[in-house]
Amino acid sequence: MDLQTAAQINSFLAAFVLLTAFGMLVQKRIYSLIHLFTWQGLFLSVNTAIVGYVAGRHHLYISSILTLSLKVILLPYILHALIVRLKIRKEVETVVNIPMTMLIGIALVIFSYYLTAPVREISTLITRSTLAVALATVMIGLLMMITRKHAVTQIIGFLAMENGLFFAATSATYGMPLVVELGVALDILIAAFIFGIFFFHIHTTFDSLDVEHMARLKEED
Amino acid sequence: MVVTPIDMASASIILLLVMVVGVALLRNRQNLLIQTSFSLSAAASLLSAVAGAWTVGSGRTEKMILMIGLPDLPFHLRLDPLAGFFLSVVGLLAFFVSVYSIGYVKGFLGRRSVTRLIVFYCLFIAGMFMVILADDALFFLISWEAMAAASYFLVMFEDENAENRRAAFLYMVVAHVGAVAILLSFGVMAGLAAGFDNFSGFTFDAMRQARFPVEWATVAFLLAFFGFAAKAGVVPLHVWLPEAHPVAPSNVSALMSGVMLKTAIYGIIRVTFDIIKIFPWWWGSIVLTLGLVSAVMGVLYAMMEGDIKRLLAYSSVENIGIIMVGIGLAMIFSSFKMPVLAALSLTASLYHVMNHAMFKGILFMGAGAVLHATHERNMEEMGGLIHRMPWTAVLFLVGCISISALPPFNGFVSEWLTFQAFLLSPSLPIPLMKLLMPLGAALLALTGALAAATFVKAFGVTFLGHWRGSRRTHIREVDWTMRSGMTLAALACLFLGIMPAFFIDWMDILAEQLVGAKLSVSATAGGWMWLTPVAPERASYSGIIVFFGVLIVYGIVYFILHVNPGKIHRGPIWDCGFGKLTNRMQYNAASFSMPIRRIFGFLFKIKEEVSLAPQSAHPAFPKKLHYHLKVRDRFWNWIYKPVAEASFWFSRKVGMLQQGRIQTYLIYSFVTIIVLLLFVK
Repeated sequence: MDLQTAAQINSFLAAFVLLTAFGMLVQKRIYSLIHLFTWQGLFLSVNTAIVGYVAGRHHLYISSILTLSLKVILLPYILHALIVRLKIRKEVETVVNIPMTMLIGIALVIFSYYLTAPVREISTLITRSTLAVALATVMIGLLMMITRKHAVTQIIGFLAMENGLFFAATSATYGMPLVVELGVALDILIAAFIFGIFFFHIHTTFDSLDVEHMARLKEED
Repeated sequence: MVVTPIDMASASIILLLVMVVGVALLRNRQNLLIQTSFSLSAAASLLSAVAGAWTVGSGRTEKMILMIGLPDLPFHLRLDPLAGFFLSVVGLLAFFVSVYSIGYVKGFLGRRSVTRLIVFYCLFIAGMFMVILADDALFFLISWEAMAAASYFLVMFEDENAENRRAAFLYMVVAHVGAVAILLSFGVMAGLAAGFDNFSGFTFDAMRQARFPVEWATVAFLLAFFGFAAKAGVVPLHVWLPEAHPVAPSNVSALMSGVMLKTAIYGIIRVTFDIIKIFPWWWGSIVLTLGLVSAVMGVLYAMMEGDIKRLLAYSSVENIGIIMVGIGLAMIFSSFKMPVLAALSLTASLYHVMNHAMFKGILFMGAGAVLHATHERNMEEMGGLIHRMPWTAVLFLVGCISISALPPFNGFVSEWLTFQAFLLSPSLPIPLMKLLMPLGAALLALTGALAAATFVKAFGVTFLGHWRGSRRTHIREVDWTMRSGMTLAALACLFLGIMPAFFIDWMDILAEQLVGAKLSVSATAGGWMWLTPVAPERASYSGIIVFFGVLIVYGIVYFILHVNPGKIHRGPIWDCGFGKLTNRMQYNAASFSMPIRRIFGFLFKIKEEVSLAPQSAHPAFPKKLHYHLKVRDRFWNWIYKPVAEASFWFSRKVGMLQQGRIQTYLIYSFVTIIVLLLFVK
């Protein structure tokens, strides 16, 4: 596989990551949301492996395997189990309507390309063009957290943000040092567990996972 | 191994800190806990007092570096004569008060657990010692905050009253605003001493070596002065004193008023005379003016009070004012290179620090004894206590005489020295100062007179006459530990009053190190009996001769009155044939201060209401008359209320950001990120 092919595959996968990000932004059903998240993790993992192969950074294989096991298998499983346990059947409610969200998302992508333009000019990495996509994924993740009311979708938004960050690290610098990546992977895992526990608490306290109810916790004046 | 003063002081601090942790072991045996802990804290305080006195006497400076605290920022300790002087003042009063506390704190037994009181009492004393020993900004501020936090919990001790919680909160706010100013001041000085990019300037040693440009030195001084003045209770930052001192347990009020305020004085002297060293004369005039205002306003407010502990708290404002006057004069003289006069003023002020600690100690302890016996703070409900509590009455009287600056007790010496400094101010080179200084002396004289009136009232209404209260409680003299705590402080007042030459000789090293001149050459020229601050032909005073004079006159009068036992007999009060006198018809606190209230009424916010009770048959023959008087501090409405209201308004506006919705908070982050990306690109 020569560099040119690798760069194309990389861009191709980046496009898929962005596509899944948009998919999550508009998806109303919670099961499909998790499936999309799983797909995004898979693209990320494959991309990491390819970058590792082309750039000759073999520790990226480990990152790739970690991503695969955590974000494709373990976290979707945990979220799935959670939804079954808490009997969440409702469709996802949004704060802003979906076309509007899409438009904001598109604006964010354009904004990201505008922002990373100077980086693309000076960088020599084969993956440099995907930096904008990575940044857009991060921002779309944040946008998702803002526009959704349900706690589980907010967590998925958070995890999607992390995916974007990971993607940015791979594409901008060929990945972070292995120690850092291991640490981040562990953090994600721990975060998922903590979220799981919090879900139970929010559920038992408010009898719902709608975060709007938490506004009641605010001090009255 | 040779024991040095700093070892003794450290040992005493360690003992106190160990007790902070250790009292938990005895918390189930409260009586034993009180006896053990206060005996130990008395021992620790005495140890520090000895260490301090030894340091001043030997005039040496010791340093110690503790490798604890933050990495690269070890704690520096230093015991020089200035620190030693304050250490001995704090230690001595803490010793007296600890002895007193053994009896006093027992009064809480059965009502509430005293464990918390003892924990914070020990931490409080340790905090004061640490503030004095600290030789770097970091350790100083840590100790300062430990002291403030401990005293906050002590003020809060009886926390079931909303009044106490409010007072403690007010105290906390003022203490923290002050601490921020002190922190900024140290920041400025440390930055100028070693650059703003490292921390090596944080030791006082580095600051001492630095030469500050005058405008930055002014900034540092004003910040430090503001911060320390807030703690000392200089007008207009005094409002927390009359709230916090009355509600704290009386042993704590004695310490807070007697010595905690002095740590602020210590801070001012340390920053101006030891760290900055060279300063323009107008700094001194600021200190002098605020000191005079505090003295006059403090004593006027004290005069108006009917609550004995509030009265004493306001009187602390007055005495802090007198100390500030001395410091201000010393600064003015020092900036005009008149070291002998600066030494005179500084010695007067430091002597007053010592004196005020002692007599305010007795007075608060006496007020505590009265409170302990009667459970009453309002003087209008007291009276005639001299018959039931003769010891307390006599000791309280000693405190009153001392604070009113009457010979032969100690208050006279320091105020007299301050007057001497004032009277020598015509030698200043600025004509305006020459003209204004006598005015200051006049204000100080007015303060002295009003203070005497205030304490005639405090003593007379409380101890003389007949019991005014409605309920007839069983009042007994307090136990021997409380009496001995007060007696020791009274003896200290007496010795400071009759042997000033000895003490001035002892503490002369301070003036020599700080302003570069000795006072003892001229002051003790007439031998140990005579105090001659400048020259014998100008002014001289001998405490001991006055003391024996007073003693002889008293002896003669006593002899004349008691030589014939039948000469004195007690009878009913002559009531002009009216026949319906009650104890409530005595001269009381409000009526005593009435003339002064009329003259200085414009300084207060006075609400006076007289109403007739409606049950009388005809308005010409009222059965009952209600008189209601409320005297408020004007500063509250002038300064504090606008500030408090503005900060509440601002907080409410900022509080609108807090919607309680996660999405909103996320939008804040999102917008912040976008804006940053856009502008920092």
